[in-house]
Amino acid sequence: MAIFNINVNNQTMTVDVAEDTPLLWVLRDHLGLTGTKYGCGITACGACTVHINGNATKSCTFPVSILGNSKITTIEGLSKNGDHPVQIAWDEVDVPQCGYCQAGQIMTAAALLAKKSKPSDKEISNAMNSHICRCGTYHRIKDAVKLASKNMSN
Amino acid sequence: MSIHNLIPATNRRQFLKTTALATGGLVLSFRIAAKQKDECGNILQDADPNDINFNAYLTIHPDGTATIYSPNPETGQGIKTSFPMIVAEELDMDWNKIKVVQAPLDTNRFERQVAGGSRSTPHSWTRLREAGATARYLLVHAAALEWSVPANELTTANGIVYHKGSNKAAHYGTFAKAASSIEIPKEITLKDPSQFHTIGTWVKSVDNMEVFTGKAIYGIDYSEPGMVNAMIVRPPAFGMKLKDYNAESVKGMPGIIDVVTMGDKVAIVGKSTWEVMQAKKKLAINWTNDKELESSGSHNRILNEMITSGTMTSRRTEGNTEEVFKNAKKIVEAEFQCPFIPHNAMEPMNFFADVKSDSARLVGPSQNPQSAQNGVAKLLNIPVEKVTLELTKLGGGFGRRLNSDFALEAAELSKAINMPVKVTWSREDDMTAGIYRPACKYKFRAALDEKGAMIGFHVRAAGMNSGNPIRENNFPVGAVPHVFIESSDYKSDVTTGPWRAPITNFLAGSEAIFFDEVAETAGKDPVTMRLEWVAQAKANPVGKVQYEPDRFKGVIDLVAEKSEWFKKKKGVYRGFSVYFSHSTYVAQVAEVKKIKGKPTITKVYCAVDCGILVNQSGAKNQIVGSIVDGIGTAMYGRLTFKDGMPEQNNFDSYRLIRFNEIVPEVEVHFVKNTIDPTGLGEPALPPISGAVANAFYKATGIRMRNQPYIDYLDGNPQGSSKKEMMG
Repeated sequence: MAIFNINVNNQTMTVDVAEDTPLLWVLRDHLGLTGTKYGCGITACGACTVHINGNATKSCTFPVSILGNSKITTIEGLSKNGDHPVQIAWDEVDVPQCGYCQAGQIMTAAALLAKKSKPSDKEISNAMNSHICRCGTYHRIKDAVKLASKNMSN
Repeated sequence: MSIHNLIPATNRRQFLKTTALATGGLVLSFRIAAKQKDECGNILQDADPNDINFNAYLTIHPDGTATIYSPNPETGQGIKTSFPMIVAEELDMDWNKIKVVQAPLDTNRFERQVAGGSRSTPHSWTRLREAGATARYLLVHAAALEWSVPANELTTANGIVYHKGSNKAAHYGTFAKAASSIEIPKEITLKDPSQFHTIGTWVKSVDNMEVFTGKAIYGIDYSEPGMVNAMIVRPPAFGMKLKDYNAESVKGMPGIIDVVTMGDKVAIVGKSTWEVMQAKKKLAINWTNDKELESSGSHNRILNEMITSGTMTSRRTEGNTEEVFKNAKKIVEAEFQCPFIPHNAMEPMNFFADVKSDSARLVGPSQNPQSAQNGVAKLLNIPVEKVTLELTKLGGGFGRRLNSDFALEAAELSKAINMPVKVTWSREDDMTAGIYRPACKYKFRAALDEKGAMIGFHVRAAGMNSGNPIRENNFPVGAVPHVFIESSDYKSDVTTGPWRAPITNFLAGSEAIFFDEVAETAGKDPVTMRLEWVAQAKANPVGKVQYEPDRFKGVIDLVAEKSEWFKKKKGVYRGFSVYFSHSTYVAQVAEVKKIKGKPTITKVYCAVDCGILVNQSGAKNQIVGSIVDGIGTAMYGRLTFKDGMPEQNNFDSYRLIRFNEIVPEVEVHFVKNTIDPTGLGEPALPPISGAVANAFYKATGIRMRNQPYIDYLDGNPQGSSKKEMMG
């Protein structure tokens, strides 16, 4: 066990965990940030996606010990009032069914659009393809990414 | 306006009850939906009008807003939004003045219903409308007393009562308190569908913002002070049993609290999920088996034997099939097979339990909380009233959460360790520990006369722990003069349960492919052939007919029109499919084009008759999602076994459809009518594999009869004569 000070959603948080503990479980079990979901544990489904220094990253295999001073953003910290353009677009299009995968999907879309506000279809597909939505809401995810892109570039 | 009298007037006063709130609000208690017979979603009893247990509540607040407490499990099917919409409609209230809350979670007061079989909406439709209309009646009559005017001079709109004569207007909250002392009417007037302002519109899910901000609590997110975490080591293969294990191999590991034997399973209890996961990998454990373990090879062999020569149970007989097949001009026959598949809800199974000596408190995601509650009461041998179950949001169900094994496990463990515990399944546990869609195999035979008409239809159906693997009363039975349907079920060690659209999820598509072959042999257009059958079922029904031929015709005509089926489309290969299941009619046309020489699905047209459309957004989301799921499952879904052990255990080895694999365009069209609404959680899934396979056939000449279809498309097409596909 070791003490780690990590920067989550612009706050420094202290946890005492084993060095190999993945960020996902630090967030969920130790910091009570359960918006980031466990889906597969092997970076195959994307449910656990957070931003590490602005990059969409699967947190389920990312050990807490190598975070250092990295800035972590989770779905809880994406915006203050749930009004990030991606969140607004996701609501406007009414994307979710069960909703379990959507936090991860939103984090990837937000990271993509932060880097490139007008991504091509190919770039959207490349980014979103690392996520699984078992309910099959992919069409609406595509529409929502495009709507957010449109609103962000206006 | 029409006087509605479905629920006997004598019972209406019992099914509705009013209470005044101290704050000046009105509470209308009512009951929606009904007990259902089994958890497979197959045979469900209708709503019992005499059942007066309240399970839903509508509160009119003094400020003119309203709260609807919805008791139903929300698995992603959108019921938490669509049910309140129905109440709001008859209440004549602005949707944005209504707040929807998951009902307070006390199973002693709330009898919840199952989320399965797409039956929630049809069962509750009338109750929901009557509740809304009754609340409106009470408010209007309270206003009439207050203003000393006749109630029939009052009108309502957007939650406001108007009296034109005296130019008075006031919101519902003004009369909430007084309304509680108005007597509940014996008869209630419901709106004519032409007056609907909310039903049929596009309404977003009420849970959206909670989901998008990470605040929504799914079962796996639940925790409370003093709770410990656990995972369970289960036999790695079906048919295996626990031999022994060494608890000391993990007891010293960080965070590990206890190791507990539970029959053939071993629970590891610890402080955090990750610590428990680590210990689970390290546990020294030995398994044993006293009989031969099953493999996909043996499953295939058994299904073949069943289809070819096995004794079967006769399910339905019309006329004399033996005779017509003897004299048939042409006979078409083909076999179809599907593998076992897991449900793969994105949220792995989990449940929280806190068991005391004489009571149990459960929290978690269940599609059938009542069954979980009863099961736990039986397991612990305590009265069912002593078991409470708090329902969380569900990260998908697809039928898996109709079973209560995960809740029972949590209760058993909590009792053993005398602590509140949350049991979480790893993805590998979720995928390999069972409860799958059963593997099934069908042999269809059609006898054609000299005009190409199908005069005989014979089905042999075999399943593995499938229950009855056939739906013997489904279309085109009723339209064919000579019918013989028979089936059998093999008792396998592999556990099964209902998987979204049980049985029909594979059966419907297979039939659509077979009938495409029949049409081809008969020299008929497949759409025209179905229309002939529908006309036949209407004019000369053969035995009992459990579908409405006119509604069948409606969806077939609609999809043919929208897809321009009867016009030539250059470079487009098309397949047709139609099915009636879960009380809803669905017809689909899939289009395939050759893109850089590779046949690719480019568009799906879908026509649906679900009666009155409640929520456009929710309905379309369910239909498109079902099509995506149906295509994904047909293309890629396969769980194989070696020595009783599933060979796929996570999303790297089990393929689920992804973003870049969906059909680019889905057009959904609804038949417009004023028939009571039916459910949409399932019915768009069963036919889609057939439409897709038929379109691929036109493009490639290959009949894809066994799932997953990917085997035919990866440059390794397996012809129809090849019987063994899986394994």
